[in-house]
Amino acid sequence: MSIIVRDVNKSFGDFAALTDVSVEIPSGSLTALLGPSGGGKSTLLRVIAGLEKADSGLVEIEGKDATTLPAQDRGVGFVFQHYAAFKHLSVARNVAFGLEIRKRPKAEIKKKVDELLELVHLEQFAHRYPAQLSGGQRQRMALARALAVEPQVLLLDEPFGALDAQVRKELRAWLRRLHDQVHVTTVFVTHDQEEAMEVADSIVVMADGKVEQIGSPDQLYEAPANDFVMSFLGPVTTLDGELVRPHDLELSTEPRPGTVTAKVTRVTRLGFEVRVDLEIDGEELWAQVTRGSSEQLGLVDGQTLFVRRSAPVRAAAAVS
Amino acid sequence: MASQTAATVRRVGVRIGLRTVVLVYLTLLLVCPLALVLYKTFENGIGPVIDSLTTPSTQHAIQITLVVAFWAVVANTIFGVTAALLLVRHTFHGKRTLNALIDLPLAVSPVVVGLSLVLVYGRLTGVGKALAGIGINVIFSIPGMVMATIFVSIPLVVRAVAPVLEEIGDDQEQAAATLGAGPVQTFRRITLPSIRGALAYGVVLALARSLGEYGAVAVVSGRLVGRTQTLTLLVQERYQNFDQQTAYACAVLLVLTAVIALLVSRLLRPKELKS
Repeated sequence: MSIIVRDVNKSFGDFAALTDVSVEIPSGSLTALLGPSGGGKSTLLRVIAGLEKADSGLVEIEGKDATTLPAQDRGVGFVFQHYAAFKHLSVARNVAFGLEIRKRPKAEIKKKVDELLELVHLEQFAHRYPAQLSGGQRQRMALARALAVEPQVLLLDEPFGALDAQVRKELRAWLRRLHDQVHVTTVFVTHDQEEAMEVADSIVVMADGKVEQIGSPDQLYEAPANDFVMSFLGPVTTLDGELVRPHDLELSTEPRPGTVTAKVTRVTRLGFEVRVDLEIDGEELWAQVTRGSSEQLGLVDGQTLFVRRSAPVRAAAAVS
Repeated sequence: MASQTAATVRRVGVRIGLRTVVLVYLTLLLVCPLALVLYKTFENGIGPVIDSLTTPSTQHAIQITLVVAFWAVVANTIFGVTAALLLVRHTFHGKRTLNALIDLPLAVSPVVVGLSLVLVYGRLTGVGKALAGIGINVIFSIPGMVMATIFVSIPLVVRAVAPVLEEIGDDQEQAAATLGAGPVQTFRRITLPSIRGALAYGVVLALARSLGEYGAVAVVSGRLVGRTQTLTLLVQERYQNFDQQTAYACAVLLVLTAVIALLVSRLLRPKELKS
């Protein structure tokens, strides 16, 4: 394990930001801390980095107890949501910062900085200042700066949160490729489930300062531990008072075993997928079907359909 | 239409009225007296001005003024940056009190400052005797004058630096920490360069205030001619002894320094504080 967090508690005044949080992050993995804002994920990341001190509990990094170690001695790379660029230093000097602190020889620093700038595609911007870069470029610079010191773990706090949608998507894919190249244990915080699913090997879902579930994107999507995880990770609708994914609803024009009668209230075509709004005894739900099955069913508003769950009932979903 | 024109006329009238009031006010209180001092100084040409600025007592007063101002500015620069960091970057009990205390020198009359220093460090007090015992005389000598000057110029550096520290936030400092920089390295490499402009602005203001201080220094210095006489004290003493040429020349020197300081501070004033 690269990072071990055990029974960590942290509160700010009366607000409990983390309650008995325990997480283990395997070496070389790319892990997302996912959850709604105020859920404690950024606080957990900052506790791991040493930027925030836990009230109780233990933090271990690469087998070494780091609980009381100051941030500067933890060997972590940290990337901030708002870049935290050193405004008075050029891009190259920003990246060189950690190496200059470590008093590495000039030639070695220059070589390393050149390599990293190439890695983040900023080689032609070496002599510019952060103010002359776009948001995406600044964040790539911040990433190069964090990687320069060869951290044991790389921590990113909502790294793409301040960027616009297009750049965000590009950087996401780029981060995934970068991780495959560099292999440093990486943890990033996000409130965007799509981002977590797309980029991470494993996801830690957090809400209200507690860990809700830990698993691979598939595990979480297919076997959510509770209703919160299920609804946070993807679209849900309610059938017979139970949560179900809209694409797990089977629609037919004939009654079948276990089906209930539903009325189509609205059919919306969204390219390949079709959203079907339904009503069962005055209760609203919706189903997601492909364009093909929509045509097969000959879906129109006001039509009567028969609905049942196509996947087995989720044990977890029935719990609460 | 008619009412609109009337409104415009009224507005123009108000504007001209306000301008007149402000201009007359400044002319009577600032421009006229200063112009008259300038005129009186150079009434007999530049020769007498140079003569009165090069007498031993004037030279000595200039020297004392510079020494006192230098140490006061050094002390307030260090204290100002420390206090600003404390106020902006930390939460602690008594923060509001400290905040209020820093502005106190703006409200307290410098004469009161001088008197209170005499009460604490005077030759007949316990503290004063103890210090005199180890060879340090505070009152009627340079240390007391430096202390008085520090007191009156305390808020200037703090109030110039604090808003800029607030503005830049602590992201960069935290980033430096994760990159392995200790507190001292972080301050020297990240914080200091970020507040450089504001700090210079505060230092120039503090310097101007220190060079021109009269009341507090007058009380603690004992106005010992040729020993603890600063430029402002010299102006007062010469004027009373009917050596108006020297009084005027030194006054012009002080005004000139103030104007230069003002210009420099305008140039250094950080963008965040510009209106």
